[in-house]
Amino acid sequence: MRAYFASLAATAGLLSASLALAQRDKVALVYAQLAKAPQKARARHNPLEKDPDAVPAGRILFEQHCSECHGDLAKGGNKGPSLRVEQVQNAKPGAIFWILTNGVVWRGMPVWSILPEPQRWQLVSYIKSLGMAKSTPVSAPSTRSPSNVATEPPSPRR
Amino acid sequence: MPISPFTSFLKLFLLSLLFAFLPGAAPAQESPYFVAYDHYLEEPGNLEIEYFSTFGTQRGGNGFHAYWMEFEYGATAWWTTEFYLDGQSTFGDSTLFTGVRWENRVRVLKREHFINPVLYVEYEHKSGADKILKEGEGHDIESDFLTPNAEARKEHINEIELKLILSSTFKGWNLTENTLAAKDLSNSPWEFGYAIGASRPLALKASAKRCSFCRQNFIAGIEMYGGFGDRHHFGMNETSHYLAPVVAWNLPSEWTFRLSPGFGLNNNSHRFLLRWGVSREIAGFGSMVSRLFGGRR
Repeated sequence: MRAYFASLAATAGLLSASLALAQRDKVALVYAQLAKAPQKARARHNPLEKDPDAVPAGRILFEQHCSECHGDLAKGGNKGPSLRVEQVQNAKPGAIFWILTNGVVWRGMPVWSILPEPQRWQLVSYIKSLGMAKSTPVSAPSTRSPSNVATEPPSPRR
Repeated sequence: MPISPFTSFLKLFLLSLLFAFLPGAAPAQESPYFVAYDHYLEEPGNLEIEYFSTFGTQRGGNGFHAYWMEFEYGATAWWTTEFYLDGQSTFGDSTLFTGVRWENRVRVLKREHFINPVLYVEYEHKSGADKILKEGEGHDIESDFLTPNAEARKEHINEIELKLILSSTFKGWNLTENTLAAKDLSNSPWEFGYAIGASRPLALKASAKRCSFCRQNFIAGIEMYGGFGDRHHFGMNETSHYLAPVVAWNLPSEWTFRLSPGFGLNNNSHRFLLRWGVSREIAGFGSMVSRLFGGRR
């Protein structure tokens, strides 16, 4: 019985320690990772750029896998930074794809290579379609394609 | 009035079901494996509650139903910790609680590579009646399960299990290989085992509409696992091996179902194992606990 309680106490201790670790502010460091994408990755072209289903499919994927951290409108959430800032919206699609694939593991973002490549590209299409949030100061022109711009922000899933 | 371990197990199971109905669940993208592990860890701050069952045939004795609950928590993006509660019912014999496990998986490299290593460390405190067959190791064979529960439960096992998980994802396929080394903390030799697996979603592109039966929600594959003997008698002699097709159905309604019929590959293996599992991921569980204790998140 003592071993059971020892295991439970150890799990509770680890839980507390991990919560403390997860609370660190990583926003700036996460954006900085975009710049670390290798040139080859950055140069990759979104094969689904012209696919009319890419944005709606990406929106569903985003709501399923990303909104918990980045917020329903991708304006930033409890754990993840806003994706509607110039660092993200002006980034090359290949750089965003690279971040999705590799995560920012040491800063709290998991790898998303568990999603097949086409789904990651669908997410890229959706993220790029969002554009910058109105409250975000714009210092560089958006690179998003007008045909991909979401005219309405996505409705919350729940 | 004393509370039996099984009653405690049942209460924990019901409590976890209650948990599963809390808001904040997140649709998961879960792998279909029961035994093999890939390199994907739980998302940080999320808790996944899982229930798994194994029905097994037994030559020379009664079949059994072994089951376990898993509480899998993403401590960070590179570290997942899990707590297990195991039990079993042997038909015509008895039902009993068989032990606990505490497992940790740590991602070694910070980026994706062609092969992604993950280190696995588990402590098991179980009785000799444990039948969940969560891994194949050493010289574990079918006839070990013939001991009646009343006898088998008297044996107490404290074991450390180490695994090296090497997993790759290529063109939608996941290929994984796990090498296992386990040491009973009593004076027993190191035992070895393996698990390999391959799986792929039925469709790589996501549908533009919400759907439960879309092909991308199904992941199918196969896994094979077994023992490699121990330090003194390394090899395939007196070991059991299984081959099992696996399938997972990741529902947008936040549940994942898994099914796997397993087939013994030699005379030392159970002829047939039928496994199934159901799980639900609770997003933001860490934040909920933090708020409970006055945290800001």
